[in-house]
Formats: sequence, structure tokens, C-alpha cells
Amino acid sequence: MDFLQDLIATLSFILQGLWVTIGVTLLALTVGLVFGVAMAMLRVYGNRFLRQVATVYSVIVRAVPVIVIIFILYFVIARFVNLSPFLAGSLALGFASGAYQTEIFRGAFQAVPPGQMVAARAIGMSRLQAIQSIILPQAVRLALPAWGNEATLVLKDSTLVFVVGVPEIFRRAQQISARTLEPFMAFGAALLLYLILTMIATQILQWIERRYRLQM
Amino acid sequence: MQDFLELLRNVVPSLLQGAVITLQIAGVSLLLGGAIGLPLGIGRVYGPPWLQRVLGAYITLFQGTPLLIQLFLVYYGLPDLGLTLGRLTAAYITLGLNSGAYQAEYLRGALQSVSEGQMTAARAIGMSKAQAIRSIILPQALRLVLPAWSNEAIAMLKNTAVVFAIAILDMMGQAKALASDYFAPIPIYMIVAVFYIVLVGVAYLLLRQVERRVQIPGLTSEAE
Amino acid sequence: MTTEPILRIEDLYKSFGETQVLKGFSLTIQPQEVVVLVGPSGSGKSTLLRCINLLHPPTAGRVWLDAQEITAPGVDQDKVRQRIGMVFQDFNLFTHLTALGNVMIGLTKVRKMHKKEAHDLAMLELERVGLVDRADHYPAQLSGGQKQRVAIARALGMDPHIMLFDEPTSALDPELTGEVLEVMQQLAKEGMTMIVVSHEMGFARQVASRVVFMENGVVVEEGPPNQMFTQPKSERTRAFLRKITDLDDGGERQ
Repeated sequence: MDFLQDLIATLSFILQGLWVTIGVTLLALTVGLVFGVAMAMLRVYGNRFLRQVATVYSVIVRAVPVIVIIFILYFVIARFVNLSPFLAGSLALGFASGAYQTEIFRGAFQAVPPGQMVAARAIGMSRLQAIQSIILPQAVRLALPAWGNEATLVLKDSTLVFVVGVPEIFRRAQQISARTLEPFMAFGAALLLYLILTMIATQILQWIERRYRLQM
Repeated sequence: MQDFLELLRNVVPSLLQGAVITLQIAGVSLLLGGAIGLPLGIGRVYGPPWLQRVLGAYITLFQGTPLLIQLFLVYYGLPDLGLTLGRLTAAYITLGLNSGAYQAEYLRGALQSVSEGQMTAARAIGMSKAQAIRSIILPQALRLVLPAWSNEAIAMLKNTAVVFAIAILDMMGQAKALASDYFAPIPIYMIVAVFYIVLVGVAYLLLRQVERRVQIPGLTSEAE
Repeated sequence: MTTEPILRIEDLYKSFGETQVLKGFSLTIQPQEVVVLVGPSGSGKSTLLRCINLLHPPTAGRVWLDAQEITAPGVDQDKVRQRIGMVFQDFNLFTHLTALGNVMIGLTKVRKMHKKEAHDLAMLELERVGLVDRADHYPAQLSGGQKQRVAIARALGMDPHIMLFDEPTSALDPELTGEVLEVMQQLAKEGMTMIVVSHEMGFARQVASRVVFMENGVVVEEGPPNQMFTQPKSERTRAFLRKITDLDDGGERQ
């Protein structure tokens, strides 16, 4: 019966990390989306200088492991403001994801046929207006499949914020395994929980993709 | 500035040692992943339906869960089942199994993008299915998979960083130790970031070179 | 004197799911015959060729090659295909191999020849199709006509008893069809038995020993080209041949 008790204790303890994991993921994805779209616009529509800034951000961040980015940003943030580990960790993860999302949206912007911009300008829109109301809505839809992939990557990478002490699923598994001394059970449970989580996420993302697919 | 140079002098030797471990883990795991991914990818495309499902489940398991949890399950969890592994072995096995799943998927895509006519023509001159896969389909698929494989190799270099969590002194592990030794986390993590950029950059250039070398004359890859 | 037929097809049926493509097709081919097979698209010509070399297993019916029933259970199909050369509409040259490599690979991997021997034979086959100077070129570096000639050399390398041509010129630009038809004509002269699915009526008139018109998976009419073109028995044959020869002549007159 010890086994069963341990299993229940393990599961219920780890499950409390579920919402933290989801929270970190959603926050990081949102931060990454803002960075990604902004930097992609700079890369495609910016002047020489802005293009270079965006390129450096995307190339450098993507060449460094996400865990290193998290460490750097966590300490940098801590020097200026007093943020909770949850916020600091999510921001750092989002900053890293932003570099990958930059590439995704850059590809999407470039995949919008050039005629769209010409036509928008022809009916009297400014460049900014055209980007905002013609190009962006199309690019976002074109980016969906790759973005969905990035979303599941961020979901998995959200374990990395354990290093700053955020009590998400993995951190909780570590804690309970130290208590029950049954690491196989703890990490096995965390693994299965994640498997279910990514499968659900994939379903949701596919549904969104189907719903907003562009007929071109 | 003086301080920074001093720090640099102190940390670079350790980071170089870490770089050797990082490269070693990435290299072994990539090869292991290739040894797993090759038969898996072929089985996914040409195997009987039950095998395709089994391999699909393996791939979903490793692609659908975080590397960190896989690593802890292998290193800390398997001893519960009587299988105790050294740190490095656990790292090789976890990263290898994980990379195998990705490499299998890339290979599957490449195998499926070789046109059907190639198989038909091979069978028409009397090759068996196995022969056709070996001498006609696979040589083409392996060339097609190279860009994806290059991405996987670079992803692997970065993925190795998680092994610091089981106290391996790879580049990341060294950086973490140095950061607390010198109470200077920001510059030290910046320095290790530069190390990673250099490793990834060199790997990228080398892989581009290889891709160019094995290109089939007259064919321009569609990816470019 | 009756010779042993090289190929005998008896009451062949082939369906894909619900769709019946071949519905009791029969044909006998003597050594050195050149049979040109014509018929509207969807009449089952390509399927027939692929059933003959067992790339598609027939649903019912029997096929004999050199007096051996190749549709019998237990027959080594790979061995059968070695004896039947096939040339495809879209060439299907092995992308990763040079022209020489394309001809050699069947020799080394299937006929188990040594490299040197395979190389020399492959060069001979390339010479037969007039492409010795392109031996080191990759398919992507060859013109359509050259590709198809390499594909013919590849098939010839296996030393086939019969060659099947599945619309060998229909993927080619008009100015490139000549070089391929020339090679085929040369093969016929050398005594190769051939089944050619093609609407090149000039070729049929000059080279074919028989023209077979098929529709809806069966033979409608067959006969020597002269008879088929001038006095076909069936109204369907007349109508179909008139349509394609008109197009053909129209092309030539310009």
C-alpha cells in the first residue's frame, strides 16, 4: 500500500505545478510573440540599421542554449528590478523564444505576395497601415504551423525555469522525489503528464490552424 | 576592464575543458541518434503497419516530453529499476534516444520526398525492395536529409547544455560552477554564451561545406 | 513453322479497388515483333505494361514469358523483371547517379557483375544509344531526349528478352522525340521484341509489325499497320486512328 500512497502523493504534488507550467508557457509565448513580430517587421521593413539590430538579436540568441539565456537575463533583470522568479523566468524564456519567432514571422512576411503591398498602397494606405491591416493578418496565418511547433517547444523548454526556482512540473517532481526517494515514479509521472499536455496542445494548435488557414 | 581580463584569464581554461565535454557529448549522442534514427526512419516508411505505429509511439514519447525530464528519468529514475548509469553514459543515452526520434522523423520526410518513380524504376530492372531501398532510395534520401540533419546537429550542441543539471562539467556546468566561485554570474554567462556562439558558428560553416560537397551536380536543392 | 511465342497474355484482369482497368485482355507476341499499343487515355495501356512485368500484380489471368508462367505462385518476380526491360514516360533515371552509374547499378547489384566488367558493358550500352560522351553527366545535366536514351540503355543493360515502352516520347519537347524514336527503330532492326505504348503514328507505320487498339481494358482490334490505318474493321478504331493521325499529319505538314 506504500506504493499506492506514494503514487497518489506524487501525482497530487506534481499536478500543483501544472498551472505554473501553463502560466510560464503562455507568458513566455506572449512575450516571444511581441518580440518576434516586432523584430521580424524590423528585419523585413526596417532601415539598414534596424535590420541589423534585429538580425543580431535573432542570430545571437538562437546560437546560445536557452538555459544560458535564462541565466543571463535572470541575473540582469534582478539587478534592475525585483521580479518574482515566475515573472523573471517567463520573461527570459520569452526573450529566447522571440528570436525563434522572429525567424518564423520573417518567413511569413516574406511569403505574403508582394502584390498585396502594392495593392494596399494603390488604394491610398500608408506603408504602416498596409503592414498593419493587410500584410500582418496574412502573415500571422501563414506563420501558424511553424508557430504551433514553437509553442510546443516553449512548453517543453518551460522546465528550464526550474533553475530560478519556479515550482513548475519538473521542479515539483524533483522536490517530491527527494521526499519519497522514488525518483522513477516522480519523473515518470512528470513525463506522462507532459506527454498528455503536449498532445492536448498539439490538438488545440491544429484546430486553430485549420480554422484560420488561408486559401491562397 | 582590468578586472574583466583577470576574470577571463581565470575562467577560460575551465570553459575550454567544458567545451571538450560538450563536444564529446554532442558527438557521441549524434552518432547514437543516427544509429537509432536510420532504422527507425526506414521502418516508419517501409515497415508493416504495426511497426509503423510502435515507432510512431517512440517518436511521440521523445518529441512530446522535455529533455530535462527524460534525462532525470534515465539518470535518477532507472536505478530504481536496478539500472545504474554513470553521468556521461546517462547523458549519451538520453540525448541519443531523443535525437534518434528527431533524426527518424527527418529521414522519414526525406524518404517520402524521393519520387515514387525511383522505386518503380529500380524494381523494373529486377531489384528487390530491400535492394532498391539500399542502393537507390537511401542514397538520395541521405542527401536530402542533410540540411535537416545539420539543424539537428546544431540543436544538439545547444541541447547538451541541460546535462549540467546532473552535475556534468560541460561548458554550461563549468559556467555555473565558475559563476558561484567568482560571484560574477553575468559576465561569466556572457562569456560562455560567446563560447557557444563560436561552437555553433563553426559547426554551421562546416556543415554548409559538407552540404555543398555532396550536392548532386545540376540539381539545385529546393530548400535554398 | 510455328515459333514459341515470347509473351502470352491470357484473359488478364486488373482492378484498383472498385475500378476495373483491365477486363480480360489477351495478346500473344512472337519473337522480334514490334507491337504498338494505342488507345484513348484511361484505356489501361500503362496498367497493362505494369501488369506484364508484375509491378502491379494482376487481379486475374495469366502471363507467360518464354513459355514460363510468370503469374504462377512462387515465381521469383525480381528475376522476371530482369528479363523485361521497361522505359517510362518520365524517364525515372536515378537522380543521384551519373548516366554511366544508372546503367551500371543494375549490372553490379542485380546481375552481380564485377565493377570493371559492368563498366565496360555499360559503356557499350551507352554507345548503342549514342551517349558515350555524356557518361559522366548526372540526370539533371541531361536533356529530356538524352535522359530517355540513358533509360533505354539502362534497360538494355539487363539483357532483356522483351522491352516495354510506356509513352517514351510524350514527356519530350517535339524536337527531342526524334532522337529517342531513332534509337527505338535501331533496336527493332536488331531484332528486339518490343511493346510500345505510343501515339507516334509515323513510328507505328514504319516500325510496327502489328498495331493493337485497346479500349476499356480489352483489345478492340489488331492487325498490321497498313490494314489498321487504311481499312480497320471497327468503327471505333477508325474514329480513334483518324483523330490521332490527323493531329500527327497536321504536325508534319507545318
